[in-house]
Amino acid sequence: MTKKADSRAPTARAVVLRGCRDAFGLPMVAVAGGMAGFGSLARDSGLGLGAAVVASAGVYGLPGQVAFAELYASGAELFAVILAVSMGNVRFFPMAVAFMPLLRADLRRPAWLFALVQLLSVTTWAAAMRAFPDIPVPLRRHYFAAFGLVCLVAGVVGTVAGHLATGALPRPVALGLIFLNPLFIGLLLADTRATMTILALLAGAVAGPVFHLLSADWGVLAAGLVAGSAVFFLTEVRSRRARRP
Amino acid sequence: MNAAAESWTVVLLAIAATYVWRFAGVLFSARIDPDGALFRWVSCVSYAMLAGLCARMIVLPLGGLGETLLVDRLIAIALAFGLFFLWGRRTLPAVALGVGSFVAFAWARSAGLLG
Repeated sequence: MTKKADSRAPTARAVVLRGCRDAFGLPMVAVAGGMAGFGSLARDSGLGLGAAVVASAGVYGLPGQVAFAELYASGAELFAVILAVSMGNVRFFPMAVAFMPLLRADLRRPAWLFALVQLLSVTTWAAAMRAFPDIPVPLRRHYFAAFGLVCLVAGVVGTVAGHLATGALPRPVALGLIFLNPLFIGLLLADTRATMTILALLAGAVAGPVFHLLSADWGVLAAGLVAGSAVFFLTEVRSRRARRP
Repeated sequence: MNAAAESWTVVLLAIAATYVWRFAGVLFSARIDPDGALFRWVSCVSYAMLAGLCARMIVLPLGGLGETLLVDRLIAIALAFGLFFLWGRRTLPAVALGVGSFVAFAWARSAGLLG
């Protein structure tokens, strides 16, 4: 029985193939589509094709990229742009903290871990969580690298397509690609059932446009800080009161 | 600094500003609690900021979207979110409906069909 299970244990090659196969289809389309939206927004914001591609592969987090293109286009101060990008992608910190230990058997942090973390995204995270239970720990990084690289390449291809298409497509379709950005990110954000997150999203959505009218440079950041902190403290205080005997 | 050099500087800084979170995540992985109060506060602020940015892009667009009408953008968003929540939170059909209806509106307006 044990011997049979051993003979069916996956090899690195099989795991790599499975990673590529899982990425083809919906995950690839979702990443390419989102990044096509960014490519078109980047062009609309005055970023060249090269800069857009490097931003897609290098930042590789759509919310931060969109914040980047939007604030860059608005001519906001450099520090405000960078801070907004960073805040837009701050979720990678808790994601990496929770996810990276699944890729290794011990607590060492080899160099490949710092390279593989670049492939972490909502899409790759979700796929890995689905596949990892069947894959032995030492082989998981092969699956993650294969799946993640296919998605990254799809993202770059999508960025190029979106950037080029914006000039060539009929104007309503090109505008549709730009419109894809707030819509896609809004839907990704809305896919939560946590009360605190839902309240933070609603408060932020109201505060965003209002604060933007007060300051085009800092409005988005201030809206997040004020609305997010207000929701956090109100929810924490309530839940602490509830826990009190 | 000319415009091209400036945009490259901003891109590289944006990459660094994102990678720093990934790097810190690997560094601290398995050493801190991702469900702690600090994490919850930071995630609240980043969710609110991103929702604020999306709402701002739809209500007060800066670039090309300014050529379209607010009512068209709001209807397309409402259709997409409506389908999303009514049909098992599927992202792709919702995105397709939202973008599709938005493009249809923009097209109809430019063809003079909606006045």
